[in-house]
Amino acid sequence: METQYAYLLNIICYLPLAGAVMLLFINKENVKAIKTLATTVAAIDFIVSLPLWFLYKPEGAEFQFVTKVDWIPSIGVQYFFGVDGFSVLLILLTTLLGLISIYSSFTAITNREKEYYVFLLLLQVGMLGVFCSLDFVLFYVFWEVMLVPMYFLIGVWGGPQKLYAAIKFFLYTLVGSVLMLVGILALYFYNSTGLEAIGLHGLGNAATFAVPSLYAIAPQIPASLQFWIFLAFFVGFAIKVPMFPFHTWLPDAHVQAPTAGSVILAGVLLKMGTYGFIRFSLPLLPDATVKAAGWIGVMAIIAIIYGALVAMAQKDMKKLVAYSSVSHMGFVMLGMFALNQAGLRGSILQMLNHGVSTGALFLLVGIVYERRHNRMIAEYGGIAKIMPVYATFFLIITLSSIGLPTLNGFVGEFFILIGAFAHKWWWALFAASGIVLGAAYMLWMYQRVFFGELNNPKNKELKDLNLREQWTIIPLIIMAFWIGLYPKPFFRIMEPTVNRLIHRIEVAVPDFQPEQQIAVSSAAQHEEEPGHAEAEAEE
Amino acid sequence: MSFDLFIPFIPEIFLAVASFVVLVAGITMGRRGTRGVSLLAAASLVITAVLVWVFARPSGAVQPILGGMLVLDNFSVFFKFLVLAASAMTLFLSAGYLDRLKYGGGEFPSLILTATLGMFIMASAANLASLYVGLELMALSVYVLVGFCKLEIRSNEGAIKYFVLGAMSSGILLYGISLVYGSLGTLDLAAIRAGLSSAPQSNLVLLLGIVLMAFGMLFKVAAVPFHVWTPDAYEGAPTPVTAFISVGPKAAAFAIFLRVFAVAFRPEFDAWRNVIWAAAAMTMILGNVAAIRQDNVKRMLAYSSIAHAGYALLGIVAGSDAGISAVLMYMLVYTFMNIGAFGMVILLESRGYAGETISDWAGLSHRSPAAAGIMLFFMLALAGIPPTGGFMAKLYVFSAAVNAGYVGLVVIAVLMSAVSLYYYFRLVVEMYLRDGAEAEGGAEMIRDSWAWGVVVLCTVVILAIGVFPQPVFQWAKGGIAAIGLM
Repeated sequence: METQYAYLLNIICYLPLAGAVMLLFINKENVKAIKTLATTVAAIDFIVSLPLWFLYKPEGAEFQFVTKVDWIPSIGVQYFFGVDGFSVLLILLTTLLGLISIYSSFTAITNREKEYYVFLLLLQVGMLGVFCSLDFVLFYVFWEVMLVPMYFLIGVWGGPQKLYAAIKFFLYTLVGSVLMLVGILALYFYNSTGLEAIGLHGLGNAATFAVPSLYAIAPQIPASLQFWIFLAFFVGFAIKVPMFPFHTWLPDAHVQAPTAGSVILAGVLLKMGTYGFIRFSLPLLPDATVKAAGWIGVMAIIAIIYGALVAMAQKDMKKLVAYSSVSHMGFVMLGMFALNQAGLRGSILQMLNHGVSTGALFLLVGIVYERRHNRMIAEYGGIAKIMPVYATFFLIITLSSIGLPTLNGFVGEFFILIGAFAHKWWWALFAASGIVLGAAYMLWMYQRVFFGELNNPKNKELKDLNLREQWTIIPLIIMAFWIGLYPKPFFRIMEPTVNRLIHRIEVAVPDFQPEQQIAVSSAAQHEEEPGHAEAEAEE
Repeated sequence: MSFDLFIPFIPEIFLAVASFVVLVAGITMGRRGTRGVSLLAAASLVITAVLVWVFARPSGAVQPILGGMLVLDNFSVFFKFLVLAASAMTLFLSAGYLDRLKYGGGEFPSLILTATLGMFIMASAANLASLYVGLELMALSVYVLVGFCKLEIRSNEGAIKYFVLGAMSSGILLYGISLVYGSLGTLDLAAIRAGLSSAPQSNLVLLLGIVLMAFGMLFKVAAVPFHVWTPDAYEGAPTPVTAFISVGPKAAAFAIFLRVFAVAFRPEFDAWRNVIWAAAAMTMILGNVAAIRQDNVKRMLAYSSIAHAGYALLGIVAGSDAGISAVLMYMLVYTFMNIGAFGMVILLESRGYAGETISDWAGLSHRSPAAAGIMLFFMLALAGIPPTGGFMAKLYVFSAAVNAGYVGLVVIAVLMSAVSLYYYFRLVVEMYLRDGAEAEGGAEMIRDSWAWGVVVLCTVVILAIGVFPQPVFQWAKGGIAAIGLM
């Protein structure tokens, strides 16, 4: 474990908290100062997080920037921060989207601004804490803390159904996470004193909630216990992802949330579920993971196709993007549970991609909604003529979302398909059909909104993007091209982490044979010729 | 009998004297002197705290009092401090309240002191006879307190219901005690434990006695199915009294529950744990589900306090050392968060005795953001969301129960705490999510610096426990390190 520059993580995580506290002391009438302060704090937070990209050593220790002090020694809880190649990427995504979502809210939010920015910053603290924590209790604390500000963001600044959507979001996630807590406790006691009353002897180790220490005992956990703990974790994380059939909170929450709330929700919150799988379920419960992989793969495929089909039927742009999230997160899960190098790499990259593309889509939909207070596709048409910049940005993001080569979505989906193909060929077959459907509903929406005649008189007065709006999208477009054209740095950061994860499963489950040898070599070949690979994937 | 026997008993003696002094002072100072008398009573509680601290040996060694009728140990000291805190906070909450309703005077603080004395005896009881005496002293004081607003019909109703059912439960408890005495020939808890562990018994009379005692205790902690008095008594009582009975007597009842069941009857654990298991499960489910439908905040908090008794019962079911100390910690945290929440209800009761419906809270965040923020914090604490003490207390209880193998019961508990969030957040919805016309018409906050002081104190304590829980974990563990009789 590497403790160098440990203060960085603490600053990144708590700076927004300090910002929120400072905001409390500003008069609520002074909206300009509130906006400036919130944006400044988020910007500094983003800048402070950038060094992680350069200072993180992929070949170095598994966990870096580690802070580790006793928090509740009575029960073995530590204040334990640290990151690996996977959480570094998610932290950077979070600070970037946090900044963008604050910057994009200036005109969208016109009432109770002070509370709004306080909650946005608190949400940021919770999300960053989740990605930094390496102690189960600490992780759980941040995991639940984050629900409260999100509840308010939806509930106060949301659409007409906001009350229902907010409490549904809160209760769904809470039910999942409290069951996860039971799983955490079972794991904790198995490592220490056991559950003697039901005949489960513990390993007798020192009581600890530290995740790296628990990684070490993963191979010893009996299969039946692994099954139950996996189930408890699964409920918690699958609701968050959300996996079919736990996704019903998502369309409500997304559609009702204000734009920035949707951006954060899609960009970061959903990643917390997939993060949970990779951080906890896979390495801690390898046996159950391998056994469940087939089932979860099927559920992921259902999510991909079902999400895409439902998206195609939507009349509301925001709802369409929300259901496309279900589909895209299905890809992330599919790649992950292919349990090979290509699949996992694609899965992690796709998490970033989804944050970038879907975050941008929500921003773009939010921009027209702000102008027209209407999100129905049928209300628009032909607006490419009067909003050329907007149309261009929207096109780039649409193409990124459907996985066009040279843009980010392609690389992630491509790796996921390779991984899925190597695992079970028909996984890739079904998943590829999801890509086709994705192209269909996105392009169809684009066509109906931007092309054709400008019939609706209400649209004639629409103004193109102003500078501030452009600057909320441009960083995401840069990211989309960067990942699409040169994803190597991202892979370099995540690769040792992915290899370690696969190695852990291999060690723990003797009859598990990952297909990564074939997959990786084929990936390496195809990386050079994306066009060819695309054709293959589409077939 | 030498004088030494009385020395560790001095705090109790002092409390008894103080209750008379306060009563007399109330008469001389008249109806207008409520604040002065309350201050006097609070001062005597502080002195009592000092005395408890002085006579409790730092080593935590167990000292018998009055020839073994009572004991002074870490366990009793823990509960005594807790009860003192609850009583003192109640005094500060009640002074302004009583003045507003024109019920001022010395009787109220005096009754709080006698109830405190009863709870002291309960916390220290080492004998079933002294336990019963303490329980009745506490209960009788509390019956009067519930009916204290004698011109209010609801106050009378609550008092009558509480009294009738309370008297019956005391009878059941007493009957159980007599059966236990009949089969074991002793009332001394240490002797009961020794007798049971040397010669485990399974005769029906003893089991019936234990079960009846369990019923009596479950009544006192307001567990389902012995909870029916709770909502009416809580709703009818003057709100400071509601705050008081939801924490002080409940904590004291848990003290005797633990000492009798988790310690004295421990050898018969297998005989009674299923009873408590079932009671805990029913209490959590029914308490939380029934709370969803309440539109009266006091009634909702009454059901919530039933549910919280259910969580605490998990620690007794676990039966382990960790389980017992988890109950201690739970009671500590619960005391502060519940008093805090009721303190906010008191501060909002601007329309006298009838201003406590959920819609009174509408739009509070617009009118007084600080108050709304504090109430939000208490609701989060009661629902067990971090970073509050409520989460830490639940974590400790749940982990003790999981460790003892009661995973199923813990699953019920965590799901029910998710349910509880729904009704706690009904208040939050009113406070934060109402706009425009809906936000009008809510009640205004009262200026009452004493009550505000209590609420702020509770907030600080619950936040501190949520962020730095280690000292409280340590203290709760110490509370059973040298539990008398073990």
